[in-house]
Amino acid sequence: MAVSRGRYKVFLGMAAGVGKTYRMLQEGHAEALEGRDVVIGYLEPHGRAETVAQADGLEVIPRRLVSYRETTLEEMDLPAILRRAPELCLIDELAHTNAPGTEHHKRYEDIADVLAAGIDVFSSVNVQHLESLNDQVAELTGTRVRETVPDAVLASADDVVLIDITPESLIERLLAGRVYPPERVQTALNNFFKIENLSALREVSLRQVAQEIEAKRTSIESSGRRDERRGDSGPPQAIGERLLALVTPEPHAQRVVRRAWRSAQRLQAELDILWVAPHDPDESELEQLAALRRLASVLGAHLIVEHDDDVAVATQRVARERGTTYVLMGTPRPRGALRRLMTPALPYRLMSMLPGIDLRIVADRTLRTTEDT
Amino acid sequence: MTVLLIALVVVLAVALAVLGVRHVTVARRQPAKAPASKTRRILFPFVASALSTRALDAALRLARAEEAILMPVFLARVPLHLPLDAPLPRQAGIAIPLQEAIEQRAARFGIDVDARIERGRSYRHALRRTFATERFERIVMAAATRDNPGFQPDDVAWLLANAPGEIVVLRPGDEDELLQSTPIPRTGGAERHEGGRRDSGRERAVVGASVS
Repeated sequence: MAVSRGRYKVFLGMAAGVGKTYRMLQEGHAEALEGRDVVIGYLEPHGRAETVAQADGLEVIPRRLVSYRETTLEEMDLPAILRRAPELCLIDELAHTNAPGTEHHKRYEDIADVLAAGIDVFSSVNVQHLESLNDQVAELTGTRVRETVPDAVLASADDVVLIDITPESLIERLLAGRVYPPERVQTALNNFFKIENLSALREVSLRQVAQEIEAKRTSIESSGRRDERRGDSGPPQAIGERLLALVTPEPHAQRVVRRAWRSAQRLQAELDILWVAPHDPDESELEQLAALRRLASVLGAHLIVEHDDDVAVATQRVARERGTTYVLMGTPRPRGALRRLMTPALPYRLMSMLPGIDLRIVADRTLRTTEDT
Repeated sequence: MTVLLIALVVVLAVALAVLGVRHVTVARRQPAKAPASKTRRILFPFVASALSTRALDAALRLARAEEAILMPVFLARVPLHLPLDAPLPRQAGIAIPLQEAIEQRAARFGIDVDARIERGRSYRHALRRTFATERFERIVMAAATRDNPGFQPDDVAWLLANAPGEIVVLRPGDEDELLQSTPIPRTGGAERHEGGRRDSGRERAVVGASVS
């Protein structure tokens, strides 16, 4: 019989000492009190007395010993966890790299096996271990971590819980010896544990979790939409406004983006920028695409390139996927007589294909001015 | 019946011909343009919430004489607490109205505009990034004066030593008008991209700031 995948919850923090492991253990206890079979698959308390105390009362799967280059290392015992088959397993240090000779190179791969066996998993990780943020965090803090976790691992979690405390509180904890032993405190304060580093990391963590929530919301909405379409129960309801600007990789496209961004600001909406590419971009299109990408990045917008021969069809697809409520486009180019007779103009097609979505054509004001003068 | 059919065909043919002629006329109204990658470009960097119309007009006259595209580049300074590729809604809110004003003014000269916002840890860093990614033949820049924003003498010296292409520096006169930016009101959504720092004075563009 096929086993359904376990539920996966990740406790994310900005730095060591914020209380990820402690909170994970607290929630583990709560689950055990509810009558669930909970075990600790791997715990790394870093000598913190409060964390060790919090683990009391939960069954621990003993670590196994692995020999590597005349050293004996302690690792999580994946086969023992799978044999024990609890309902919920707590596994600390998601980004850990295993010693050679174990089943997998990385702990997140071990966790994938545990989940695949139908066991729920709680795990913990610091934000600087996320692959996509590694460079950014290194730039912000001057410290690069070597052990990284693909972003997809976090994205695959059913729940991500951000453990957030202020940088000042974390430094107080550090000074009180609740994070590292006293002999390591001064070094930590001189290096990583500076207010500006921690503030930057806190912002990165908050943004990351906000993005995860946004991505999940979009995913739930679009899957909901698919269900609704199957049931033919009418169009989905968007939570907020979301704008989609249609562009081509040409300098005048920036005008549409600028106008769309102004509207997005007023509506407190997200902005997507879409180029429907009928072919691979040539040299000048690549140049303009790079400029559009940089502009989108400055504005906090999302540039999407879709390969399709039909702009209207591709726009309809993207608008549905992104939950668009408002489409902006430049003035369409003049079309040949035959094409005008054969196919309705793009704005008319969009109006009929995107019911319930506002459509705005951004005027070319430079043309108006030229004709006036 | 046959006569009616022939008449219908003739009417259709005439209608098609009229539509075709109109299309060609409209198409001819659009000036023929060289491929974007072959056109000459004039870089016009600026750093403040207002810019000298004299300097801009000089850049536009030069662009008209050379049939070039004007590339106004707003140099945005990214504070250290933000990643270099962070969205900058506050500065974009200053840059965008200015870019639109430049586009309007350029339209009177019949000049195409290809605007940019370039980020850097300092204005010089933003300029270096511009030089690395953009193709241009000339730079036109406004020197700062008592009442006008622009580049300080040491910035001009730095540009002369480091920038590729020809550089035209204008020192606007006292009677110069300023092209002002009316910042776009920001919203909660925009703040989110700045990590919730609602009063990040460090991200504000500074009139007449040094590029260092």
